[in-house]
Amino acid sequence: MFGEGILRGLAETARNFFGSYVSKDRLTTVQFPEERIAPIEATRDFPFLVYDGTDWQQGMRCVACQICEKECPPKCIYIDKSKDKKPDAVGKQQFYPARFDIDISVCMSCQICVEVCPFDAIKMDTEFELSTQDRFGGLMFDKHKLSKSNEYYHEIHPTEAAAVDATLAEERAKAEARAKAAAEAKPAAAAAPAAAKENTGGA
Amino acid sequence: MIVFSASGAERADQIFVLIKHWLMGYVPAAAQPLASAVLSVVPILMAFPLIFAITTLLERKGLGRIQNRYGPNRVGPWGLLQPMADGLKSLTKEDIVPDSADKWVHLCAPLLLVVASFLAYAVLPIGRNMVVANLSAGVLFFFAIGALVEVAIFMAGWSSRSKYSLLGAMRAIAQMVSYETPLVLAGLVAVMATGSLSTVAIVEAQAQYTGILPHWFVFTPWGFAGFVLFMIAATAESNRSPFDLPEGESEIIAGYYIEYSGFKFALFFLGEYLGMFATSGMAITLFLGGWSAPFSFLTWIPSYLWFFAKLLVITCGFIWVRGTLPRLRMDQLMHFAWKFMLPMTLLNIFAAAAWKFFPTGVVRWFACAIFLAVAFVLLTRGLKKRGDVRARQYRFAD
Repeated sequence: MFGEGILRGLAETARNFFGSYVSKDRLTTVQFPEERIAPIEATRDFPFLVYDGTDWQQGMRCVACQICEKECPPKCIYIDKSKDKKPDAVGKQQFYPARFDIDISVCMSCQICVEVCPFDAIKMDTEFELSTQDRFGGLMFDKHKLSKSNEYYHEIHPTEAAAVDATLAEERAKAEARAKAAAEAKPAAAAAPAAAKENTGGA
Repeated sequence: MIVFSASGAERADQIFVLIKHWLMGYVPAAAQPLASAVLSVVPILMAFPLIFAITTLLERKGLGRIQNRYGPNRVGPWGLLQPMADGLKSLTKEDIVPDSADKWVHLCAPLLLVVASFLAYAVLPIGRNMVVANLSAGVLFFFAIGALVEVAIFMAGWSSRSKYSLLGAMRAIAQMVSYETPLVLAGLVAVMATGSLSTVAIVEAQAQYTGILPHWFVFTPWGFAGFVLFMIAATAESNRSPFDLPEGESEIIAGYYIEYSGFKFALFFLGEYLGMFATSGMAITLFLGGWSAPFSFLTWIPSYLWFFAKLLVITCGFIWVRGTLPRLRMDQLMHFAWKFMLPMTLLNIFAAAAWKFFPTGVVRWFACAIFLAVAFVLLTRGLKKRGDVRARQYRFAD
């Protein structure tokens, strides 16, 4: 019959209309500022800098190697390397960024800076409520604003952060072993040239 | 006045008429024609834009629910102040006129649209004794004024000097000219039954009761068919979905009002909705008994309330249809107008004429109903066989 499909369509929309008042399952809307759903673990938007320990300046993992600055496709990272060195989280003398700015109005959230960082110092954040009244200064994040603790990183990306921690611990253990070996080798090495001299002298 | 001595219900029914008479008593005789006109027109100028505001909210809420979401619910309790926020927004927007536009015509188009839409209300009987102008050719006046809307739309499309505007205006003209014919022919049956072109006389002919049932034309077979056809044509006339090709956001962005911004855009919106209310009001007048109550024992409720209740029901119907049907294609639209609507309205006129010559009774009711049903089935079957009206087939997308 002509017009039958129209009537069926009208019945369907009427069912939706009244159903949305009766069953809450139909309304999938999350009323945002009041209600929130937890973001999925893979959520990422803008980069932040990870620091270990409690002091953000002391524990900053970044050593200002500037690889991310060079790799950044839209060139939104600005780094000034420090002149001096200071001890990092594990006590090793390192350069540190005197300035580390990210212009998040330019950032395209590609995560390339995270991929290239050899120190696991820069990671992706999930914070998205970043609106500001000042669209130039307010969106230029300096290193203080970018610094977030390793605990925070564990909170937003638990699996990834655990993997990073494991790698770092392994590297640290390796470095320690190497240092230990070097320390043990030092007296041996000091002895060895003398022995060698003796040998050549003897020949 | 005799009405003062009437019962309370009748006084409530005539309250606006009485207030007007009372105010007129204070006006000097020389100024009375002007004062009378102002007192009749101002309530209409206030009531219908208010209804427009309420309808925009109702529409957004209703469409939301049809699509399983909340509508606007942020401004005020349950979003009730949303129309006010919308109005303020459109008032504070920049009014942009394209450099190459014909500035005067560009300005006049929305004004003409709103004026033309308002003029149509002059002949609508909103309640008992409540009509601005009881013209003896009221129905004719209504459709003549309705044609002014087309001029306004073409002015808008032409003066904007944009291809989208012009395309939208061309579509609008093609559509409105095509659907004007079935609109008038569908409404004609009520005029035939009453023998008068006066809207007041048409309503009075329907405001009689047999037992508890009223003599609304919609309860006769030709009246029902006429009402349905009239509403379809009215949907097309007011450019509403599924006949919203002239606007077609997804194809020509907004059609003829693409180059309008700020309050002029709001005026177009207002004009469009006013036109929709006016044609709905005409459908109520012609087929749904105007201001008369649906049952004889409900006549104590003031007549204007019945009119607005019917208007609300029809508006909800419009919203329901908009939330259900997708937009037609241009050729489907034209096929539908000329190959279905026009023959069907002509056959309906035959049915209405036959009704006049049959003796009163159940027999003529069934005879007319069967005639129209058979005509409908044969017509649609013929159209389907010829392939003029059919489901969409996608050559490349299947």
